[in-house]
Parts: sequence; structure tokens; C-alpha cells
Amino acid sequence: MSSFDRFWVELALICYVLGFGYSVYSLAAKRFLTPRITFLAICAGFLCTTIFLFDRGHAIGRCPITNRFEVLVFMTWSMVLIYLVIGSTYRLSLMGAFTAPVASALLLLAVTLSPDGSATQKIRVNPWLEAHTSFSMVACGAFALACVAGVMYLVQEQQLKTRQPGSIFYRLPPITALSVANSRLLWLGFILFTVGLATGFLIGQRIDWVQAVWSIAVWCVYGGILIARVRHAMAAKWVATLSILAFSLLLSTFWGIRFISDRPSL
Amino acid sequence: MNIYCFGISHHTANIEVRERFAIPDSALADSLTRLAKIRNVDEGVLLSTCNRTEFYIVSPDAQLTVEPLFHDFYGLLEITEFEHLFRLAAVPTVRHLFRVASGLESMVIGETEIFGQVKRAYEAAAKSGTTGRILNRLFQKAFQVGKHVRSSTGITRGRVSVGSVAVDLAEQIFGNLAGCKIMILGAGETSERTAKSFQSRGAKQLFVSNRSYERAAALAETMGGRAIRYDDWEKEFRDLDILVSSTAAPHAIVTRAKLEPILRTRRDRPLFIIDLAMPRDVEPAVHDLDGVFVYDLDSLQTIADRTLEARRKELDSCDGLIEKHVRDFQMWLNRAAEMTVLPVATERPRT
Repeated sequence: MSSFDRFWVELALICYVLGFGYSVYSLAAKRFLTPRITFLAICAGFLCTTIFLFDRGHAIGRCPITNRFEVLVFMTWSMVLIYLVIGSTYRLSLMGAFTAPVASALLLLAVTLSPDGSATQKIRVNPWLEAHTSFSMVACGAFALACVAGVMYLVQEQQLKTRQPGSIFYRLPPITALSVANSRLLWLGFILFTVGLATGFLIGQRIDWVQAVWSIAVWCVYGGILIARVRHAMAAKWVATLSILAFSLLLSTFWGIRFISDRPSL
Repeated sequence: MNIYCFGISHHTANIEVRERFAIPDSALADSLTRLAKIRNVDEGVLLSTCNRTEFYIVSPDAQLTVEPLFHDFYGLLEITEFEHLFRLAAVPTVRHLFRVASGLESMVIGETEIFGQVKRAYEAAAKSGTTGRILNRLFQKAFQVGKHVRSSTGITRGRVSVGSVAVDLAEQIFGNLAGCKIMILGAGETSERTAKSFQSRGAKQLFVSNRSYERAAALAETMGGRAIRYDDWEKEFRDLDILVSSTAAPHAIVTRAKLEPILRTRRDRPLFIIDLAMPRDVEPAVHDLDGVFVYDLDSLQTIADRTLEARRKELDSCDGLIEKHVRDFQMWLNRAAEMTVLPVATERPRT
């Protein structure tokens, strides 16, 4: 990887950390939070990752999801893209304060634990593989944001249950809006993941069954959460909790599965 | 020229004494005319609210005291009444007005109504022609300070009454209250006040239930809501978003055992219960149910008290801001005093 394109990822990391830092400072100092500053920091970070992905995609002639480094950057980019759309739609202004740390953590993982992010020479493009990986990654971005909405929901719920609303309480969106956002993001992620999964079987290469079983397991977990949601069999609090657990499971098993599977690249 | 503030407030007197000095809005114009005729009064603004009656005066007399002025204005006063009056001169007057306009001198610290009251008092004085260059400048500065303090500190943050705390919580749960179905259980004064608070924030679907159907119907009519017979209120629970309960029942009428089966049939929308009754209408265990939030009088009062406490903690930073403006005004006053002739009443008041 050239140091130049790595620079954009590091710059994006700085932007997200600054956005998160500002939110923490505002809340700790109990000052009036200006979501615009966090929002601008996130926009700047998004722009940096977009430049990186564009450059890398141009260099390798395909969607830049060829190694762990690129996957993490792409996942962060997808999550922030959905935040930028969802955030304004549902006016979940403080969602930025919660999105920024997740984006920071993902990019930090990319920069520190995935140094193998070198741009390879142009390779032959398989459109089904491209569709499979990009849909799956954007789905992960939606699941990440559902996890963020879930965390926000649980914070609100805890504040209401303890009857001690703190300074963050009145700045978070209404608990019903968070529940709706959590649910819609789960649906969005699930639909994208389903398309990703289906196109995976059309790649035309030998199926890596370890990855396939893992993907189907993830699909079943999220499907189960959504069925429980549709049938009102589970309180919103438990849907929020499960969306956090499911995303944690998705992230934590990702590398394990990559390690034991027999296909080295996505 | 000397600036004074003479008056009486909730800090110095109880309501029985304060009401003897109060100037009703209808008498304000005449009172200002009377004030302007008093000897050694060049400029004057009268501020009269339920918590204070204050005279802001500009006078050439450096030793002006409250007794003769109030004698001239109110007629003969009893000696004991003078004990409740205060007199401020020069810089303390400026500081006092800035604090009043910022809500720091109010009974409920940080309340914003006083800002409008000061503004109306100034506008009335300006209209009567009793303000001049100094009071125009002083009051304009006071409005600027009031806005600055409110926007730069947390002095107005949060709610300090039980009713508004409850409505704030409802908004944090449901967002827009227009789509919420609200049931008022018990048609007493508390219920009516709370229902009005909800209506003022956009609530439209109000249902009233009471042991006496006639009272429920009367309150429902006042609020533009619908009355429900007491025996039927539980049937409405399935679609309910907010329950405000303030009945005189001697025991809990909303119990966990009663609510649990109903919750299973509801969509997973939260249920917010405000229990304003004493003894409580809602069994405490109801709060443990998923998606149900019960707030009683104590918990609402605790939030209101914490808000007030947080506002008190902001007082130092407010005073810091005010001091800076006091110094600025003092400098302007010194520069104005250096001029040989102070062109009193030549500047048009800005409102």
C-alpha cells in the first residue's frame, strides 16, 4: 500500500476521533451540544474514506474489498453512508456521537491490526463476486448502525427506568424513534445481506462451506430477530440488545472464520 | 447623574406586604406620569410583577433615599413597611437589573417570564416619555445581558415544575405528542392542569375517566377530549400511550397483574404512566414491566429539584458574564459623566 492512500484512512480516523472527542467533551462539560461539529467531522472522515476507496478501486480495477484492511475501510464507509442518510431522515442528531466511536474503532483496527493493505495489481473482475462482497459489506454497515441505534435505545431506556435522566437524556432522540430506526436498519441490513448471500452462490467458484455456513448463521440470527420483532414476541429493549449482540458476534467471528476458511481473499 | 433602584421583592417581603406596593398594568401609565412629577426624578421605569415592585430612577440628587420618594408616590406609609424596602445606588443598581433580566433574582431561578416583564415595563416607560439616555442605555444593555446569559449558560435548562417535567419526559419517549393517546384518570384540579400541559405541547387525543361521569364529561368538554365511563377505562388500555392518574382511590388501581395480560396484546409501543395520586394509584411493580415507565409525584419532584440545583450551580458563571457587562456599562457611564452636559432624553428609545 502506498503511504499516500494510507494517509486518507489515517486522516479519516483523526476526523472520527475528533468528532467523538467533541461529543464526549460536550456531554461531560454539560454544554449545549452542537451536533453540527460532530456531523462535519463525520462528513470529513467520510470524504477521506471515499477518496481512499476511489483511488484503491481505480488502482486495482475492482471494488476495493480484497483484504482485511480494505474490508474494514469499506465497512466503515458503508456505515457512515447509511448514517448520513438515516441521520437526517430521522433527525437522530446525536447518532453522530455514537457513530463516530464505532467508525473510529473500525478504522483503528484497520490501521493497527491489518497492515497487509497493499494495493495489488489489476485483477480479473467477477461481477457476481463484486456484487456479493459489496452488498454484504453495505449490509454490515447497516447492522453496525442498527447496533448504534440499539446502544442509544438502551441508554434512554436505562435513564427512564432509573428515573434519573442525566444531561444526555434530553439530547438523545425519543425512545420510540430509536426503536423504529433500529428496526428499519435491521431490515435494511437483512435485505442487503440476503442479496449478498444469494449472489455469493452465483460467483461460479468452488463454495467455501465454512464461510457459507457462517454467513447463513448470521442471516438466521438477524432473520430470527426480525421475526420476533414482526410478531411482537419481543420487547423493543430485547431487540436493541440482540442487535448489539448480533453485530458483536458478526465482528468477532469475522476473522476467526477468515482464518479457518480455505479462501484467502474475499 | 445618579442611578438608583428602590423597591421590594420576594427576598425582602412576603406576599401580603408586596401586594400593597404592586402596580397593576392598568395603572402603570398613570403611575409613570406621577413618578415623572416627583422632584429630582429625571428618568424612571417601574417594574411590577408578582414577586417584585422596583423603581429604576435617574436623579441629580446624590443622596436620594427611598422614604421621601415612596411617600410622594404612594402617600403615607407605615414605618414597618419601610423595613421591607431596599435601596441600591450606582453600580449595584446596574448589576441588579442585569440579574433580574437574566432570571437570577427570580423565585424560580432561570425562569424566562421576567425577561418579557422587564421589556414591557421599559416599553411602557419609553411610551410615557419617562426614560432618557441613561435608562434607555441601561435597559437595552439589560436585554442584551439577559439573552447572553440564557444562551451561554445552563440557567434556563430543564423544567422545574412537576407538570412540565412529566410532559418533557413524554416527549422524550414519544417525540411528537400529537399522535399520542392520553388518558386522564380522575377529574380533579391536578388532572386538569396536567392535561392542559399536554395540550400546550400538541396533544390532541385526550380521554377523561372519573368515578363521577358528569365531572369526566365536564373536563373532557373543556379540554376538547372524550369522556369514558369509569368501568370502561381499562378497555382503552390497549391503545393507550400515556396515562395520567390522580384519583382519590385508597389503594392501587393499576396493578402488575391487571396490566401484564393487556401489554401482551399491545403493539410494542411504550406506555408512560404519570401517577399524581396520593396514595399512589399505580403499583410500584408496574415500573418493572418492559416498555412501561411509571413516574410518581416523588420521582417527578426529584427531577425538578435536580434541575433547580443544576441551575443554582450555574449562578457563578452567570455572575461572571454579568460582571463583564457591568464593567462595560460603568465605563460608558463614566464617559457620559465626563461630558459637560448630558443630553438627557435626546436618544429615541429602541424597543
